Amino acid sequence: MAILSKADARALLTKVLAYSKADECEVSLGGQESGNIRYARNAVSTAGDSSTLSLSVSSTFGKKTGNASINEFDDASLEKVVRRAEELAQLAPENPERMPLLGPGNFEFKDSIGYVPATANMTADTRAEAVAKSIKVAKDAKLEAAGFLENTTSFSAILNSKGLFLYDTNTDVTFSVTTRNQEGTGSGYAARGFNDIRKLDTFAATSIAASKANGSVNARAIEPGKYTVILEPVAATYMLENMFRGFDARSADEGRSFMSKPGGGNRLGEQLMDEKVTIYSDPYNPELPGNTWNREGFPLERMTWIDKGVVKNLSYSQFWAQKKNVKPVPFGSNMIMEGGNQSLEELIKGTEKGILVSRLWYIRMVDAQTLLLTGLTRDGTFYIENGQIKFPIKNMRFNESPVIMLNNVEALGKPERSISVESYRSYLVPPMKIRDFTFTSLSDAV
Amino acid sequence: MKRKDFLQLSAMGLGAIALPDFSLLGNPIDPLQALQEGVDVAVKKELADVALSAAKAKGATYADVRIGRYLNQVVSTRENRVQGVANAESYGVGIRVIANGSWGFASSNNMTKEGIARTAEKAVEVAKANAKIISEPVKLAPQKGLGDVSWKTPIITNAFSVPVKDKVDLLLTANAIAMKGGANFVNSSILAINEQKFFASTDGSYIDQDIHRLFPNFTVTKIGNGKFETRKGLGSPVGMGYEYLTPTAESKVGGIVTRYKDRYDLLEDMKNATEEVTQKLTAKSVEPGKYDLVLDPSHLWLTIHESVAHPTELDRVLGYEANYAGTSFLTMEKLKTKKFKFGSDIVNVVADKLQPGSLGAVGYDDEGVPCKKWDLIKDGVLVNFQAIRDQAHILGLKESQGCCYAQTWNDVQFQRMPNVSLQPGKKQLSVDDMIKDVEKGIYIIGDGSFSIDQQRYNFQFGGQTFYEIRNGKIAGMLKDVAYQANTQEFWNSCTAIADERDYRLGGAFNDGKGQPGQSNAVSHGSSTSRFNGVNVINTARKI
Repeated sequence: MAILSKADARALLTKVLAYSKADECEVSLGGQESGNIRYARNAVSTAGDSSTLSLSVSSTFGKKTGNASINEFDDASLEKVVRRAEELAQLAPENPERMPLLGPGNFEFKDSIGYVPATANMTADTRAEAVAKSIKVAKDAKLEAAGFLENTTSFSAILNSKGLFLYDTNTDVTFSVTTRNQEGTGSGYAARGFNDIRKLDTFAATSIAASKANGSVNARAIEPGKYTVILEPVAATYMLENMFRGFDARSADEGRSFMSKPGGGNRLGEQLMDEKVTIYSDPYNPELPGNTWNREGFPLERMTWIDKGVVKNLSYSQFWAQKKNVKPVPFGSNMIMEGGNQSLEELIKGTEKGILVSRLWYIRMVDAQTLLLTGLTRDGTFYIENGQIKFPIKNMRFNESPVIMLNNVEALGKPERSISVESYRSYLVPPMKIRDFTFTSLSDAV
Repeated sequence: MKRKDFLQLSAMGLGAIALPDFSLLGNPIDPLQALQEGVDVAVKKELADVALSAAKAKGATYADVRIGRYLNQVVSTRENRVQGVANAESYGVGIRVIANGSWGFASSNNMTKEGIARTAEKAVEVAKANAKIISEPVKLAPQKGLGDVSWKTPIITNAFSVPVKDKVDLLLTANAIAMKGGANFVNSSILAINEQKFFASTDGSYIDQDIHRLFPNFTVTKIGNGKFETRKGLGSPVGMGYEYLTPTAESKVGGIVTRYKDRYDLLEDMKNATEEVTQKLTAKSVEPGKYDLVLDPSHLWLTIHESVAHPTELDRVLGYEANYAGTSFLTMEKLKTKKFKFGSDIVNVVADKLQPGSLGAVGYDDEGVPCKKWDLIKDGVLVNFQAIRDQAHILGLKESQGCCYAQTWNDVQFQRMPNVSLQPGKKQLSVDDMIKDVEKGIYIIGDGSFSIDQQRYNFQFGGQTFYEIRNGKIAGMLKDVAYQANTQEFWNSCTAIADERDYRLGGAFNDGKGQPGQSNAVSHGSSTSRFNGVNVINTARKI
């Protein structure tokens, strides 16, 4: 079994720690059991079942640290991975940024709410059944489906030589499907992610993908340029994920981030975005549970990063906080963007001229300073006129910064749980209507 | 253990250390020996047979098993300090079966005989569950059993036997050069990988492979006038030992900036990078428009990767990647015409799993097929795709092309690109001669930002350094450059390719595909090439 209970994890880590001769030692376990099924051309292609458990040891002498990991758990291997970390530590130069380990009693820790037994109990048969429903929708709509369903149960635990022990467990299921017509002239997509399998409806999700596929046939080319866009949550999420990573004080203070203030320092307190924008982390949000502690041993609580467009907080590691004489601010384990009450349909209804973007693809950083990103639309792009979807349009490449985009917010809809199509992480993000979104070229891709 | 002992132990060659006593139930290993020593082949063969027998007993008509020990070591630094020294080791088994005509896969790090048998049974259970929703049974191209064979990356110095101190010293010396040169920040690292893979199948193959890869990397950053610029190292990840970091005069390619062939001078490149990043701060912002692009191999490898190597993957062509990486603008119909003009007449592209020093070079792929080399684009025309055993029949092939790969024992193997390389020009042509013919152009060195659509039509690439070419001469540095093009138009605009003297490999450890996502390590070779009339945009913005 790769998933250890809290008691078993503590017992194993205690045994490993007993081998330590270092000044400080932190031992950690990560375990994962997952099952997946992949299908294409309306039939299953590959599927698998995987189980992994790994032990990491970080040993420190003075300010010299070595790390080693192993996935064998007999007594001899446990002792030897500790020795290996210690040997590497002795060979490593001093790291002046090394911070002492935190002991217990500094903070109160609460258990996470991310574990759902129904998800943990999924089998190859239940996955195949869920996929069979999706394939049926595609076949009925005369489309070809390619998709992926994966459920994961994971845990992590750390114990350090100061006596701090932390444990977390979580379940996750993600589903995504692309439906295409035989001619290759129409394509649609849907993606879902939950902690609880009972919330996943592969039939409904595939139905949405199918209607986008059939609706995107005979796409017209329009001239690239600046347009008002409505980004569906799955498109907005992918764009914002690239920005969330930059909520970090150090890179900002060092002058090499979009959070750097011209002339030095960071943008804390600055009105950087439209006042409709509020972004925060909260591991106890029932829609998006997250881990409740970080690797440095700090509890994670609700933390607001952007408040009505103002940069409210940036994350500070223990080292950087000490250097800047502020309190450490751990980075969040999830990201939530507030929105309004409008549905996607209502956002479309309120748009005179614009483009509905179902999904974005292959987003990469062009300029870290302005967070300029490039990527393309994919799987259903539609022209909106007088509050109605008029016709499908050909995909386009964009060059746009999410920071500039969040200055151009016209309206936000109701947030919903959505996954990043690249990292497969879940977020809570609203559909958003953005003016002056910059498209730079046409693509022939369907 | 004292440092001296560590060095002594590390310096000993393979076989100089007595094999540890492996228990099948636990495999206790000495941590430092483990960095060099693999598990005894006889032990692996015994374990593999357990898997194959258990799978067959449960009804599998085919089974293969991969027992893998994956080692990696990362030494990472910034400015004058070491950020991390870490060794990771992962050992486990991945078992793939065909039962009731369907694939099934299971993996585990439980390496007891009982655990391996249970994992094999699980793979059969998965196959049987999926057999209900297959459209046709798996058709495997024949592969005769190879018996007991082995292959090893032809390295001179095992990177795992080089003391950590040597790596730290090299990186900190390089960082000091950057800081002395006026850089504000520098990050550098050396990553070494060793895949010890044992493959066995019901065809009767037992293949033991020892694969080595190395990746030295740095980024130097300079801040000025409230802006920052960066320049990455021009070294490549390689399928070599630590000898890659021993520079030789012959391996250097002179020019506006020194580039490197099969050896890399990290210290020299750091010095050059620091000078260039300073120039970048005050370089002229590019005027958007059409330019003739002269692309160095340190840049062009990534364009080849995205616009040639990916669209010629047969699984993408057929739709198996539709839900993630995407499909391809290349189709079976285009292949069958034997007339599809992918590029200009001088464009010849080969797939090659054998090329020495490349990341993709192995003796056998992850389904036991001996590796080979074949044409993808010949005289500008599309002539072939990349296929594995269960796809070979679709191309009318009698055997697999040997490009099946799994990133670890924990992942299922599937079609991954081999090294895909543009062949050097057949006529003698130097880079200087190529530039002489350019009226209005940009010379691009190093890879930067990259993005391409899901059918590989429309792409955009940045770079590390950009030089304006005016009337046949380099006219100074540019910045904020990215080019956008359509793949077929771009490759048909290829008007010149330098000869083999300029041929070099670039590559990456992180070629991504599949669900769950897997990384593949792959190299792409080319000589400097010219593309006429490509659309260049300006990427500068203000926030």
